[in-house]
Amino acid sequence: MILVWLIVILMVGGLLAWLSKKWHPVLPRWIALFAVLADLGLALYLWLRTPAATLGASPWLVRLEVPWIPQWGVNFILALDGLSLLMLLLSFFLGTLAVLISWREIRTKSGFFHFNLLWVLAGITGVFLTMDLFLFYFFWEVMLIPMYFLIGVWGHANRNYAAYKFFIFTQASGLLMLLAILGLYFIHGSQTGIYTFNYFELLDTALAPVAARLLMFGFLAAFLVKLPVVPFHSWLPDAHSEAPTAGSVILAGLLLKTGAYGLLRFVLPLFPTAAVEFAPWAMLLGVIGIIYGAILAFSQTDLKRLVAYTSVSHMGFIILGVFAFNEWALQGIVMQMIAHGLSTGALFIIAGFLYERLHTRDIQLMGGFWSKAPKMGVIALIFVMASLGLPGLGNFIAEFLTLVGSWQANNWLTVFATIGLVMATVYSLRIMQKVFFEPAPMEQALPDLTSREMLIATPMVLMILWLGLYPQPVLDTARPSIKQQLQAYQPASLEEKSLVAVPIAPPAVQVQLGDTVHFYKTRGGTHEPK
Amino acid sequence: MSQNDFLHLMPLLILTFAALLIMLVIAAWRNHKLIYVITAVSFVAAFLSLFELRGVVSYAIEPLLVIDGFALFYIGLILATALLISMLSYAYFEQQKEQKEEYYILLTLATLGACVLVVSTHFASLFLGLEVLSVSLYALVSYLRVRERSDEAGIKYLILAAFSSAFLLFGMALVYFSTGTMTFAGIATAMATLPELPLLLLTGFGMMIIGIGFKLSVVPFHMWTPDVYEGAPAPVTAFVATVSKGGVLGLLIRFFMEVEGFRYPTLMLIFTIVAIASMFAGNLLALMQQNVKRILAYSSISHLGYLLVAFLAGNRIGMEAVTFYLVAYFITTVGAFGTVALLSGEARDAEQLEDYRGLLWRRPWTATVFTAMLLSLAGIPLTAGFVGKFYVLAAGVNTQQWLLVVMLVLNSVIGLYYYIKIIAVMYQQPDTEREPQQRQRPSVYVASVGTLAVLAILLVLVGVYPTALVQLIQDMLYNMPAVVAR
Repeated sequence: MILVWLIVILMVGGLLAWLSKKWHPVLPRWIALFAVLADLGLALYLWLRTPAATLGASPWLVRLEVPWIPQWGVNFILALDGLSLLMLLLSFFLGTLAVLISWREIRTKSGFFHFNLLWVLAGITGVFLTMDLFLFYFFWEVMLIPMYFLIGVWGHANRNYAAYKFFIFTQASGLLMLLAILGLYFIHGSQTGIYTFNYFELLDTALAPVAARLLMFGFLAAFLVKLPVVPFHSWLPDAHSEAPTAGSVILAGLLLKTGAYGLLRFVLPLFPTAAVEFAPWAMLLGVIGIIYGAILAFSQTDLKRLVAYTSVSHMGFIILGVFAFNEWALQGIVMQMIAHGLSTGALFIIAGFLYERLHTRDIQLMGGFWSKAPKMGVIALIFVMASLGLPGLGNFIAEFLTLVGSWQANNWLTVFATIGLVMATVYSLRIMQKVFFEPAPMEQALPDLTSREMLIATPMVLMILWLGLYPQPVLDTARPSIKQQLQAYQPASLEEKSLVAVPIAPPAVQVQLGDTVHFYKTRGGTHEPK
Repeated sequence: MSQNDFLHLMPLLILTFAALLIMLVIAAWRNHKLIYVITAVSFVAAFLSLFELRGVVSYAIEPLLVIDGFALFYIGLILATALLISMLSYAYFEQQKEQKEEYYILLTLATLGACVLVVSTHFASLFLGLEVLSVSLYALVSYLRVRERSDEAGIKYLILAAFSSAFLLFGMALVYFSTGTMTFAGIATAMATLPELPLLLLTGFGMMIIGIGFKLSVVPFHMWTPDVYEGAPAPVTAFVATVSKGGVLGLLIRFFMEVEGFRYPTLMLIFTIVAIASMFAGNLLALMQQNVKRILAYSSISHLGYLLVAFLAGNRIGMEAVTFYLVAYFITTVGAFGTVALLSGEARDAEQLEDYRGLLWRRPWTATVFTAMLLSLAGIPLTAGFVGKFYVLAAGVNTQQWLLVVMLVLNSVIGLYYYIKIIAVMYQQPDTEREPQQRQRPSVYVASVGTLAVLAILLVLVGVYPTALVQLIQDMLYNMPAVVAR
């Protein structure tokens, strides 16, 4: 039930925030803050309640299952494992910050703004929790509309174009995933006679190689666009740079992670053979993304656009790691998701602070801020260092683990990926150089960070330091579920998978649900595909 | 006719008497509110009489009509929609200077025609129903005569509808010539022995498809749609887009199920081409429009294309999907045109994109409802349109019609663009302040705002918890022998 609360609090909070604007203009902000904090509290409670040691037996901490549309085999399944839990913690942490940074920035329609903000978070929470593919698609789409409004209503000058592009890219790719989900549903149904969208049952589907390949590409379409991987990335710089700060933070910190999460949760376990076939190409795309993103980031003058391209580069590591199929790499990815969420989120926040003061994002017009705003300078320095992968900060652990893992899978591509790290140093230092150290092109007043802004920045600094110095709790939490995603890739089972279904879920998960009414089965199976 | 026959025809009889009663009342005393109340009450009464007939498996009134679960469901759908439209009409016509009372006679008669269509099992009743519907619509479309485009729309509709009726009649004659019967069952028996369609019969079917296709406004019989949608008063547009199409679609399903039209590759090919052409033409042409009613017109063309994808699945899940999608489409379309009607003034309808600029700031609730309707048309979750589109896709994937399914996906993406375009305009920062609340009489207020609220709630309800509706549709089709056999 606690999992439902996580979503319901956000949705109800969003509605309340919208309606409460009538009574008092500040009320929506407080309601939103409390809703996200409540969720953060719940997630922390879930984490602290389950020490890592007990995770070994079954990766699933909490599960909930309620029939929703029994005629189609759609269930309202929410399940939490280590991976989901980490993602939720990140979501609510960044969500809290997103509310705080909007406190002064958003002045028009604040009620509707917070409604959208909370509903994006609700959609993301749903995506990280649900284990029913119909419901997954449902939440996947629920994230989009509010995000569209966040960009389209409160964005910068070119917001309409960016919002259109974002929406159409993600919607188109999502529909391809829907087709793949339906294909999987009917294949599984025709094999077993049970038509269901239940993830745990669909894991057992035995697929012919061609079908597996096609279905995998359907899923990949959605995740690779969302991640984004290089040929499909063009929505990202526009959306990130035009969105309001809170929107950028959520886009970079969370929406991109849903793509990575989808790869881990669905593509790897559902299509092991097809994924292995595709792996070299995927890793190649990842490396291209790392280098291409870095080069483009170096040549931007718009600060937010620059940070957006660093995301493209960092997300390259994720796809590189996912398709290395080993625990090192996947641990690295989980770390990368969290560390990138924090560091890039922080950089967008700093860009937001600067924009609020200067009303420009052009780094040609900035310079010499180190002496004017030392607090901001230090904070920016920390996150720029994180972004280039300085040891002691979270991103280093992430990139190191990913590269160690991918080295075992593909030596040459890893070499090129490592070159990308050098390029990261170049573009990251350029940010510091241009904004803080170079002599100022013009005289302008720049107040230093206020206490509210310090309140936002300090926890992020602490988090990224903690991740860099003592990442063990995170690794421990993620390990069981990573092991599970990789189960199909153990050498023994790899060959058999295409012919015989290997039960992937451990016994505890296989408590099947007899109470679900399967309409297609009970009425004489007239729905078999021809 | 026995007493039992009358009992089973109660919904149709109520509508007939309502039309007569309204005419007599108008002769005695012209009062808009009174006429509206009579209309609404008779729709409600007809709807309630359906519950009396619940559980009827199949009751034939030889040789013309049959009342079964399928017919009851579609009649219910038509009546509920007509009721909502009549409520919207009341608010809409209250501000017009024309004589408004006759409108309700025509509305009732048109609804009656649509109801007859879905219960008919004979060419004669089919044609009667279609003509009652069409003739009423000729007048309804050009009801507000003083408006600029009203006559154009009316005449266009009149000429083209008459023309397509002629095609339909000729087609029926050819079918009759080849099979020697005009009942659906008789045609099915005659065709059962044929391995493939003889040329004459095929020609007959082809001409009938022209007649039917015109009513459904699928490509290439869609030319009238944007002009008529634009010229007709908003509630009438809603009626043309929903009830008239729904009735014809119900008829098409019944006829095809009965004669097993899905066996013939030629017919399937025709419908496949029509479906793909409708999706593309509708969506691509909508991209160019600046007029909201025209956008919705082209969007309705593409939606009929989506419906045909499910129709072409040709099995039970396909028919479920068609019916479900139709319900979702009805809710959404009436909601969308309802918003247009709500915003319209005396001189003209709110149809230019400019009329919607900054609507969110001026009238937040209306804008929210309209956004929900547009998102439903685009097939975004939490709305009925999403579940409908999902159902249609499932039907297509189930029968492995990959071409159609991929075209549907492609078109959904194209369609997004112009739905978002309207939404984006509504959310732009306005130049003006929030409109002062207009003082409206309570009855008008309830009729317009209440209807939209009901539609919005239904939209979300069906989108979030479609189980009940799915169950209803499955039970309804379960009782239909021709469908169960497939």
